[in-house]
Amino acid sequence: MSAKLDQLLSNLQTALGAKITQHILALDEVTIECQASDYLAVCQILRDDHRLKFEQLIDLSGVDYQDYGAEAYTGLRYAVVTHLLSVSLNQRLRLRVFAQDEHFPMLPTLVELWPVANWYEREAFDLFGIMFENHPDLRRILTDYGFVGHPFRKDFPVIGNVEMRYDPEQQRVIYQPVSIEARNNVPRLIRNEGAHAK
Amino acid sequence: MNFGPQHPAAHGVLRLVLELDGEVIQRADPHIGLLHRGTEKLAENRTYLQSIPYMDRLDYVSMMSNEHAYVMAIEKMMGLEVPIRAQYIRVMFDEITRVLNHLLWLGAHALDVGAMTVFLYAFREREDLFDCYEAVSGARMHAAYYRPGGVYRDLPNQMPQYAVSPLRNAKTVNRQNQNRQGSLLDFIDDFTQRFPKYVDEYETLLSDNRIWKQRTVGIGVVSPERALALGMTGPMLRGSGVAWDLRKTQPYEVYANLDFDIPVGVNGDCYDRYLVRMEEFRQSNRIIKQCVDWLRNNPGPVITADHKVAPPDREGMKSNMEDLIHHFKLFTEGFHVPAGEAYAAVEHPKGEFGIYMISDGANKPYRLKIRAPGFAHLSAIDEMTRGHMIADLVAIIGTQDIVFGEIDR
Repeated sequence: MSAKLDQLLSNLQTALGAKITQHILALDEVTIECQASDYLAVCQILRDDHRLKFEQLIDLSGVDYQDYGAEAYTGLRYAVVTHLLSVSLNQRLRLRVFAQDEHFPMLPTLVELWPVANWYEREAFDLFGIMFENHPDLRRILTDYGFVGHPFRKDFPVIGNVEMRYDPEQQRVIYQPVSIEARNNVPRLIRNEGAHAK
Repeated sequence: MNFGPQHPAAHGVLRLVLELDGEVIQRADPHIGLLHRGTEKLAENRTYLQSIPYMDRLDYVSMMSNEHAYVMAIEKMMGLEVPIRAQYIRVMFDEITRVLNHLLWLGAHALDVGAMTVFLYAFREREDLFDCYEAVSGARMHAAYYRPGGVYRDLPNQMPQYAVSPLRNAKTVNRQNQNRQGSLLDFIDDFTQRFPKYVDEYETLLSDNRIWKQRTVGIGVVSPERALALGMTGPMLRGSGVAWDLRKTQPYEVYANLDFDIPVGVNGDCYDRYLVRMEEFRQSNRIIKQCVDWLRNNPGPVITADHKVAPPDREGMKSNMEDLIHHFKLFTEGFHVPAGEAYAAVEHPKGEFGIYMISDGANKPYRLKIRAPGFAHLSAIDEMTRGHMIADLVAIIGTQDIVFGEIDR
């Protein structure tokens, strides 16, 4: 297994060279990172190079790294992580790219390379507010019509901001601020002592 | 024109906005999210163990397959060894789940296209399989049976039986209990012997049926290249002739030890995908049979002995201080997963179901992304339906095997 992954990694390095800013080989998976400005070019090579041949975009997800780890997180906040699969060469790859601007995260779209990216990018836009440049149809996809905010960002409350109910006086469905309270019985905890020491 | 969300052929809550020229579809724009519950966000706020039941509710017709991908991701990150018996049990239930899922797909697809009978036949067999679910987990559908490190408990030695009641007399009960005299494995074994005949019955009803063929042959054709580009996996990809199945190409658990074939289609139309799934019935049945035989002869533990992850037994807990502490920590704080990220995928009945998990070392996942096969399939519906009639749209929705629990998450 690991010989195959080493081969994949060396193929990636020959094909992409300095465009790879970081590479990780862990848990039998290869992860590479690249700059947002190289993103499209890297993906083009990943799909078309004869040693890589990643024909399929399996998954594309947004990540908000704001609260990552026990200490204050200092890196860039938004990332897009894609999982690629090569059916012909039977190999997988994870590609992570960080959006440079925290207030207006923007990345180029992959729709031209893999049409399936269309909906995945709409999802990442809807849930994380990541913009995709030149996307043909960047609408919300999972949330309600007229939804405000991006619910999977770490600063968005789990209980939401508004709730919907039928108002018998106005005889229509209205939105109002949530009436429930956030409840968390098990605190989030990172231990660094004992069996969990690094 | 609006199609759904309340429409019997919309398989739940699909809302399609169609642009038509007469009856010919020019553009189909699915509006999804009506069943969005934010499972991924909820999982970020719960311990790893607490999220297992949410997995059942993703694709609510193939419950255990969803759990499987989730526990596999945790096991990968923690480097957990799963006992071999647990692996066989998982594979057996994965295949039972595949049969369950395909039975619902077959019934619903045929019903959409106008054949009522198949639906009733399919539900007759689903009932037996739900009984298997109930026997191991106590729940007919949302089992929460797979746990990190194994499965919740071993297979029961006695299959639950029907009892006489004002609603059922002794004669009926005796007939119903005929194949429930032995263990769960005997019951499953009996099912695997009956099942090929049932599949023949479905095929008699459909395979050469003139109406069925008129409605499915040449409808929704996808070429292999487009199927790959559109992110299709599972029977949708194999129907187009791409021999890709994670059980063979990237084997997990004990699939490498089992003997089964991967059916592929030729034309990539609805009829070929139907044939692929019908053959998967037979192959799943073969796998279940092999697992039953193995499980009969090989007793052993079904969950890891690492009490940092799996709870100790009740006896140990009541007599041993350390076990009590483990139990307490496990069900209050939960276990911690080392920082890192992993992607685990299984060959779900609908395609590749993957869990991408990021952990920062806490007792809850930092980010959980669910890769649902139906999401990619539904996004291709625009391309698949263009130029078809509205009636064909219904056949294409049927062939995609859409379930909104996983698409909307």
